[in-house]
Amino acid sequence: MQKLLETLLIGVSTGSIYALMSLALVLVWRSTRVVNFAQAGQAMLSTYIGFEIASRTEIFWLGLAGAITAGALLGAGVDFFFMRVLFKRAVSGPAAVVAPVIATLGLLGLIRSIVGLIWGGEFKSIEAPASKDGFTIGQTTIPFSALNLLIIATVSLILITLAIIFQRTNLGLSLRASAYAPEIAQLAGIKTAQTRTIGWAIAGGVGGVAGMLVTSYNFLSPYSLDLLLVFGFIAAVIGGLESMVGSVIGALTLGIGLTFILNYIGTSLVFIGGFAVLIVVLLLKPDGIMARGKVRRA
Amino acid sequence: MSGLQVSALCVSHGAIAALRAVSFSVEVGQLAAVIGSNGAGKTTLLRALSGLNKATSGSAQWSECEMLGARPDALVRRGISHVSEGKSVIPELSVKENLVLGGIWRNNKNDTNAAIAEVVELFPILGQRMSHSADTLSGGERQMLAIGRALVSRPKLLLLDEPSLGLAPLVIEQIFSTIDQLRRKLGLTVVLVEQNAMSALEIADIGIIINLGEVVASGKASELLDDPALRAAYLGY
Repeated sequence: MQKLLETLLIGVSTGSIYALMSLALVLVWRSTRVVNFAQAGQAMLSTYIGFEIASRTEIFWLGLAGAITAGALLGAGVDFFFMRVLFKRAVSGPAAVVAPVIATLGLLGLIRSIVGLIWGGEFKSIEAPASKDGFTIGQTTIPFSALNLLIIATVSLILITLAIIFQRTNLGLSLRASAYAPEIAQLAGIKTAQTRTIGWAIAGGVGGVAGMLVTSYNFLSPYSLDLLLVFGFIAAVIGGLESMVGSVIGALTLGIGLTFILNYIGTSLVFIGGFAVLIVVLLLKPDGIMARGKVRRA
Repeated sequence: MSGLQVSALCVSHGAIAALRAVSFSVEVGQLAAVIGSNGAGKTTLLRALSGLNKATSGSAQWSECEMLGARPDALVRRGISHVSEGKSVIPELSVKENLVLGGIWRNNKNDTNAAIAEVVELFPILGQRMSHSADTLSGGERQMLAIGRALVSRPKLLLLDEPSLGLAPLVIEQIFSTIDQLRRKLGLTVVLVEQNAMSALEIADIGIIINLGEVVASGKASELLDDPALRAAYLGY
C-alpha cells in the first residue's frame, strides 16, 4: 500500500515535468503544424543560461526566471527568423511539409554544438531549491521528497497560469483562434503571424521551466534533455497532439505508468514501456485518448 | 468619388486566370450584388478585396485608399470586414468567443461588449446560445454568428460570400431581410456575392454579373431583374 502511494506520488512529480515539455510541443504543433524537435535544444540552452544565473546568484528561482526569459526569447526567435522565412519560401508540396521539421532537427544539432562550444560536454548541476531527501512518515522514509513536492507545485502554478491566459484573456482567445482557423482569425482582425510568435515564446518559456526542473534533481549536459523531449512527445501523442488538457493528462499517465514499471518491474523496462505505450496508442487511438471520435473541420 | 472602386482587377491561380480585368464601383451606403454561377470567380473577387488572395494586377480602392497588397487584419482596421464562404465561424470556440474575436483588435472591452449587445439585438437567438460551442448551432445560426462577428468589428464595408449557401429557403429569406435591414440601419456599404440571384438582386441597389472571371453585365439591380435576355442567360429563371 505504501509502495503504491509512493509510486503514484513520484509518478505525478515525473509526469508533471513531462507535461511541460509536452505542452510546449503541443502549443507549437497547434499553431504552426510543426513537430518542434529543436524544443529539446531550446530548453537545454535556456537551462544553461538558468544554470549560469542560479550558480552565480545562488538563487534557484532567479535562474528559473532567467531560463523562462531565455526560453521565451529563443522560441520567438526560432519562429521569427526560421519558421516565417521557411514558410514564405516553401509554400506548397512535400517541401512545405518536410522542410520545417527537418529544419527543427538541424536547429537542435546547431544549438547542441553551440552549447558544447561554450560550456563543454561535462555534466553540470544546479543546487536544488529544496531537499532531495524523502519525507519521513513515522518510522519509514519514502522516496518522495520536498523537491518532488516543489516540482508538482511549480508545474501546477504554471498550468493554472496558462489555463487563465488561454481561457480568460484576449491573447488566449487570439492564440486559440489563430491555431484553429488562421484565416478566420485574420479576417477578424487578429495579427496571426505575431500571435503565432507569441505562442512559440510561451512554448519556449515552458520548455525552459521543464529543463530547470529536470536539472534540479539531475545533471545538465548538451544531451540531458533528449529523454525529456522523447517522453514529452509520447505524452503529446497520447493526448492527441491538439489538446493542451490531453497533453497534461497524457504526461501524468505516462509519468505514473513509467514509475510503476520502474518500481515494480525494473529499470531496464522503462524505455521499452514508454515506446510500447506510444505504439499501442498510435495503433488503437491514433487521434489520442481525448479524441471525441469525430472528424475535425479542416 | 469615395466608396469602393475596383478597376481592371486581375487574379490568377497559377496559370489559370480567375478574374480578368474586373471593374465596378459601389457608392457609400449601396448594396452591390455580385451574381454568377459556380466557378465564375465571385469568391476569388472577395478574397482579393479582403487581402486573402493576391491580385495579379489592377486596383481596388476603398475611401480612395488602395486595398490590394494589404493584409486582411490591416483591412479590418480600415473598416473592411469579410464574411468568408461557408459560415465562417470557429466551431471549437463558444458563440461568445466567436463574437469577441471580432472586437479584439480595437482593444476596447466596453465597446466590444456594446457591439455584441447590438448583434444580439439583431439576432436574439445568439443571445440564448452565448456559452454554447459554435459547433452546436444550426446552419442559419452559424451564418448569423459569422455576420455578427463581422459586425462586432464595426465595419463600413461588409463583404459577404454566399450567406445563403446550404440554408433552407425560409432561413435564406430571413438572412437576406436582416442584411437589408442592418445595412440601412448602419449605413453599411455591402458587396454581396450570391448564386441565389433573385433574392440578392431584390435587396441590392446595383448588380454585377460575372461569368468566367469577367463582368458580363452591370447596372441597377431593378433593371437587371427586368432584362429578359440577362434573366435567361445568367440569372436562370
